[in-house]
Amino acid sequence: MSKPEGDYLHIVMPDQISVKRQQLGRLIIWGSACTLFLVVILQSLDQVNFFSFGFENWRPTLYAYLLWAFCLCFGQVILYGEQGKRRLFILPAVLFVVSVVIFPLIFALGIAFSSWNLSSPDGRQFNGLDNVYQMWTDPFYWNAMKNMVYYTLVILLEYIVAFGLALLLNAQIRGRKFFRVAFLMPLMLSPVAVSWMIGKSMLEARFGPISRLARELGWDNPSFFGSPEMARAVIMIMDAWTFIPLMMIMILAGLQAIPKEMHEAAEVDGASPWKKFWEITFPLMLPVSITAILIRIIFKLKLADIIINVTSGGPGGATDSVTSFIFREYRDRSNVGYGTFLAIFYLIIIVIVMTILIKLSDRWMKPRY
Amino acid sequence: MKKQVFHDTQSDLSFKPNWMFSRVLIYSILIVWAFACLFPIYWTITTTFKAAPDVMKGNIVPWWDFTPKWLGLKSLGLSPNTIFAENTVREEFLKRFWNSTIIAVSSSAIAVALGSCTAYGLSRFSYRFGFMRNSDISFFFLSQLILPPVVLALPFLVLYKELALLDTRIGLIALYTLTVLPIVIWIMRDQFGSIPVELEEAALVDGLSLWRAFVTIILPIALPGIIAAFIISLVLTWNEYFFAALLTSSHAKTLPVMVASQTGSQGIAWWSMAALSFAAILPLVIIGIILERFIIKGMAAGAVK
Repeated sequence: MSKPEGDYLHIVMPDQISVKRQQLGRLIIWGSACTLFLVVILQSLDQVNFFSFGFENWRPTLYAYLLWAFCLCFGQVILYGEQGKRRLFILPAVLFVVSVVIFPLIFALGIAFSSWNLSSPDGRQFNGLDNVYQMWTDPFYWNAMKNMVYYTLVILLEYIVAFGLALLLNAQIRGRKFFRVAFLMPLMLSPVAVSWMIGKSMLEARFGPISRLARELGWDNPSFFGSPEMARAVIMIMDAWTFIPLMMIMILAGLQAIPKEMHEAAEVDGASPWKKFWEITFPLMLPVSITAILIRIIFKLKLADIIINVTSGGPGGATDSVTSFIFREYRDRSNVGYGTFLAIFYLIIIVIVMTILIKLSDRWMKPRY
Repeated sequence: MKKQVFHDTQSDLSFKPNWMFSRVLIYSILIVWAFACLFPIYWTITTTFKAAPDVMKGNIVPWWDFTPKWLGLKSLGLSPNTIFAENTVREEFLKRFWNSTIIAVSSSAIAVALGSCTAYGLSRFSYRFGFMRNSDISFFFLSQLILPPVVLALPFLVLYKELALLDTRIGLIALYTLTVLPIVIWIMRDQFGSIPVELEEAALVDGLSLWRAFVTIILPIALPGIIAAFIISLVLTWNEYFFAALLTSSHAKTLPVMVASQTGSQGIAWWSMAALSFAAILPLVIIGIILERFIIKGMAAGAVK
């Protein structure tokens, strides 16, 4: 994932920053920072009813923050000249991500250890470790976690299908462009629309075409969301249908990057197609495969839209993913505190698992030849 | 007449059942999968024009099984005889469609702008930000991809309530920008990495400033990557449902939320749901057909090193 570090573009910097300019730069940055600080203090005082300034919401703080962020970027150029212009390339994005991720995450930690029902008038109440106990004894949450494991394991099957399709697309065929566009289509469709198109109409027990086909084939009463196993399998298939193109295209790109000479050499040596695949294609594709699977896992862990819209977790929580479970926890009970705690716990598990996977894959990615 | 020098050998001329068999197998698998990919779309389009009896009989082929009717488009107020009349459903639909368009386009544009600058900076200069070096900063950005939306959703709900950003387009745009930013950086880093540094060096020697060189020389060369990143962001933001469902209620509701809220309430009136779903997928289907190579380019970025 990482590139070698160091300057790629060498620039001789002639900048002579005068003392006055430096002072101006500092003034802008610190001045706006002080403004931000002042506004925050005023708003906090207003919040605890110490003074009343008639603030309706925290918008003034937001504006002050934006002003400070802008001045910080602008001040870099004034203060450091050419060096500041370089910083300007990444500073806006860093500020943006920090303010939209890190700050809410810290805020989330605060919410996670409190009981906060948005519909009740009590507001937020710190309740220590109650959420932990509640989670520990919540069978539905652990059930959703278990489902996530199943959902993630299916990725191996998806990978095999995607690899097969990529091989076919890479073979000598006519109409390759048509097939590529056709295979790409499911990825473009909105999961919500897919959940109606497939989940609610094509799989509809009475009139859906797939149920009709199933009846033709001798299944008397087709019901795709009746039994837990069946419902889970159907959700898996629908999700796989949408996301197989993603893996397929990554693998296809990898296949096209394999030099032709390799295959020719193997052919001259008299290797059978089967052997050629296992001895050349597959080992060469290992890094790409691992990247594709990792990215697919990342997307799979966010799986929720289809479940929310087709089964809403049913029957009996058999199809629940963690995300859809927390979504309903909020929707049905508007329980922000508990929901946030579950989400944070999920995040921690994800980070641990992904770190292990990335470390392992780093080892596997080193080719053995 | 010249004498023929090269001849096909006997083995080339003979009928090769193995080869034929593999051809048939390859094409049949391809066609079956293409059918599986396209049939749901076909089904949605045709269902838009089906009346209740057609739905119940399971008719599939128009003009042969059933005669198409304007039911689906009529329910959205877009059929020929309702298009000029006042129609509240159409108003609602167009509003949602417009919301989705604005939010998807502007968040993708912001993400591409921020992401390209960042990717360029990271691919050309070395930064030191506390203990963080270039690779740490890239990892910091890319790691945002792992963050599941649930973690941010509830804190944002509360924060936006305080900031009066709940149910506004700006609120959603900020969040969507965040969700696609890592992907844009991923694609653009790959793109800038393939552009030789000598180009900027020449431009700088000729007296262009750093930012001028970036905007006038590098960005045009990186245009394919920018388009790829933009389209992939567009796909993800247009289809986004989770945040929109939580953070919007009436004003800034997007199309997926509207589709989701209608499912189940329609009974056998499948035509209206079909029309709605079809409208929700149509823009991306068109983009997918026309700009397919950019999408593939974007998704392949970083897969091959």
